[in-house]
Amino acid sequence: MKKNFNVVNKSVRKIDSLSLITGKPMFVGDLKPADALVVKMLWSPHAHARIVSLDASAAEKMPGVHAVLHHGNVPRVLHTTAGQGFPEPSPYDSVMFDNKVRHVGDRVAAVAAETAEQAAAALKAIKVVYEELPAVMSIEDAMKPGAPIIHDEPDAHAAIPVPYEPERNLAARVAMDVGDLEAGLKASDVVLDREYYTDYAQHCPIEPHVAMAQIAVDGRIVITTSTQVPFHVRRIVAQVLQIPVRRIRVIKPRIGGGFGAKQEVLLESVVALFALRTGRAVYWKYTREEEFVSSRTRHPEKMRVRVGAGKDGKIRAIGLDCISNSGAYGAHALTVVCNSGSKILPLYRSDIIHFVGESVYTNLPVGGAYRGYGATQSSFAIDCHMDELAEQLGMDSLEFRRINTVRSGETSPVFRALGEGKAGVEQSVGSCELERCMKLGAKEIGWKRRGRWQDKTGRFRRGIGMAALMQGSSIPEIDMGAVSLKINDDGSFNMLMGATDIGTGSDTVLAQIAAETLGCDLDKLIVYSSDTDMTPFDVGAYASSTTYLTGMAVKNTAEKVVKQMKDVAAAMMECSAKDISLSDNKAHGPGGRSVTFSEIALRALYGTDQFQIGAISSAISHKSPSPFSAHFAEVEVDTQTGKVSVLRYVAAVDCGTAINPKLSEGQTEGGVLNGISYALTEEYRFSPKGRMLNSSFLHYKIMTMRDKPEIKTILVPSYEKTGPYGAKSVSEICINGPMPSIANAIYNAVGVRMRSSPFTPERVWRAMKEQGRI
Amino acid sequence: MNIAFTLNGKPQELTISPNEKLTEALRRLGVYSVKTGCNEGACGSCVVNVNGRAVKSCLMYAAQVDGGCVETVEFIGSLDNPHPIQSALVEEGAVQCGFCMGGLIMSAKAVFDKNPSPTDEELAIHLDGHLCRCTGYEKIQSALRKVSSGAAS
Repeated sequence: MKKNFNVVNKSVRKIDSLSLITGKPMFVGDLKPADALVVKMLWSPHAHARIVSLDASAAEKMPGVHAVLHHGNVPRVLHTTAGQGFPEPSPYDSVMFDNKVRHVGDRVAAVAAETAEQAAAALKAIKVVYEELPAVMSIEDAMKPGAPIIHDEPDAHAAIPVPYEPERNLAARVAMDVGDLEAGLKASDVVLDREYYTDYAQHCPIEPHVAMAQIAVDGRIVITTSTQVPFHVRRIVAQVLQIPVRRIRVIKPRIGGGFGAKQEVLLESVVALFALRTGRAVYWKYTREEEFVSSRTRHPEKMRVRVGAGKDGKIRAIGLDCISNSGAYGAHALTVVCNSGSKILPLYRSDIIHFVGESVYTNLPVGGAYRGYGATQSSFAIDCHMDELAEQLGMDSLEFRRINTVRSGETSPVFRALGEGKAGVEQSVGSCELERCMKLGAKEIGWKRRGRWQDKTGRFRRGIGMAALMQGSSIPEIDMGAVSLKINDDGSFNMLMGATDIGTGSDTVLAQIAAETLGCDLDKLIVYSSDTDMTPFDVGAYASSTTYLTGMAVKNTAEKVVKQMKDVAAAMMECSAKDISLSDNKAHGPGGRSVTFSEIALRALYGTDQFQIGAISSAISHKSPSPFSAHFAEVEVDTQTGKVSVLRYVAAVDCGTAINPKLSEGQTEGGVLNGISYALTEEYRFSPKGRMLNSSFLHYKIMTMRDKPEIKTILVPSYEKTGPYGAKSVSEICINGPMPSIANAIYNAVGVRMRSSPFTPERVWRAMKEQGRI
Repeated sequence: MNIAFTLNGKPQELTISPNEKLTEALRRLGVYSVKTGCNEGACGSCVVNVNGRAVKSCLMYAAQVDGGCVETVEFIGSLDNPHPIQSALVEEGAVQCGFCMGGLIMSAKAVFDKNPSPTDEELAIHLDGHLCRCTGYEKIQSALRKVSSGAAS
């Protein structure tokens, strides 16, 4: 277990950061040829309708128009747009264009034209006759007997053997039981049964979805796209277009944020088909409105939590029933709701555990992957529930968590029961510093001064709340990442990885792991990632996997290169390879002798017994070690208006070894502020007919520098033995804390439990009024 | 129509259509730091400095800069010689995806050009028009604080 690091655990500069802020052309839109055709999409104005007829003949003849795509002229291939491993656990319920529309903003037809204006004009010339159908606008309506069937097409199906019943709008179902929940609750001294609801939200990457396709000189299609999953893009575009994978190259340049939205294959098949049909470069970028309505969202979830505890404060039984609103398609329907159970239930020790997760179709925007991935929703429910239960037990919320949360070496039946589309993987908790996170975080926020809401008076009342969190690092026995590494004349190395840096800094973090293993400076690593022709495979940027999983692949690969370098150095110094160590860009042999990496490279490339020092290697994960975190929020509630202000926020996180501490803090701070605006201001407002009414940054509020509280991150080190240099994940867990810790802080301030998000001034004011607090 | 203006220190002539936005015109000239995140003045990714003022170029017609002076993040620093704001952002780990940064830096520069040591509050007021979804602004603030105190190189 190496703990004295040279490059790892250091806040080195993010390797692409200066290029990014000096205006270099690094994003998809910067790489667009001037003569690229531009795509515009005709979106459904109806929540649920059948297309009776569609006539594009006038549009096709309009000036500048090169092609029109619609259900009448594209192959009908059932697939999922969810960029997941193959076969995907999301249902095959999507086609490129259908003869039915299932939400306002669903696809009807696309035009590729010389200019955006020409494309927009052509859209108006497409004549569509719709037969409107009754629409489903809520989880409750979707589940009523006799509800309109949203996926009545006979060819929709699940690609793997999982429950899928579109005839009753059920997109997914998963369940587990250990022991008898009812009996466990009956045997408990205190039982709490509550319902919670989290609403729609969007990722809001500042760069909307954007993709471009070009036909290469050899006739192959080159897709340059803002994606988190280049290899899944290649596979799914090949599937949808019914062409071989070998005809497609996918390149991910720098991308302007993802947060899960870009784990979806939405634009790429359209631009690729247009490029094939026209022979031209084709470019499509979503508008902000399209990003809200026709991209992906966080699944709304309705959750019932039942927990029983003894007078000793120990949990006896825990039950969680989640129903997610998947919207019009089932992208990530199963796995998100499954993670609502699997990424929070193991946190609390209990002999009796019950979980049901269901996902239903509605005629509303489509859910998808969103940082936190189901754990965000259930962390709100569970963390608020535990706060209330502790109160009923007459215990301090922090102490209640301390005695009930999981410790290193313990396990949970949940790990085994809940996988992603299959059974999970049995595992015990490795590194876990949750208790220390709670202790340090509590001290930093001043937990002891929180007091009781009953004692607080005046217009502005302050409160402190907390949440305890877990997540995972990769999907065990499913995810894979691969890396290749070769040496150059000057002792530098090309490192090629499928891994996808979406702004997180994974290129930098992975280069740090390589440099640590090789014994060289960071600037000797030339990193190139996410190009399906050039780099080896990687599942992509999701499931908090890259540092942990691809990091292990980097380490494996670098270790192979180290062995080769030692062999060459041994021949040069006429000693045994066993006596050689690598550091400071040199191989050190016995007697103080050394040769530089450059000398080793020159000998291997030009000298004796030449060969390319290099290796390719991969890694899979056998467990998904959880990062742990304790979050604390201090809020002030204006009892006259209901406005909640977060005054200070503390996030203490155990992510194992932080490979780059500043980048780990940055992940945490970004996730926390995203979570704060999810809790307080972000809201989808719909018309009765399912049209989003606030699809713009002017009316959907995400927080600015002026809105933010001070966010204090405390990195609490642990060492995860299975991870590269002790690392676990850090990127997702942070977004799960704000909603529950703010809700608990609101209670501590004014004595109302907010069980439905977001906590807008009106809702908080109404809750206070109804419960006689004001 | 034809316009002439100073772009990043050099004279520039350009034929534009009367309704062309400044964002589009600049990108057409290869000034790629100017980004579009919303096209309605709400995200700040398109901010450039026109005659020393930070403006949202998606809300401005290209015709409006005729005879004026436009500066973008390409002009204020380079890989070899970054501006102190750029250096501080890099050192503090404040750059994640970087998409919003060109605009944000130009707004920050407009503040610092008038007042070399603004407070956190003053900076937050001037940068309120910028959305960053990656960082939570914490590291951006600490970088700008360094510039303000003269601690940045």
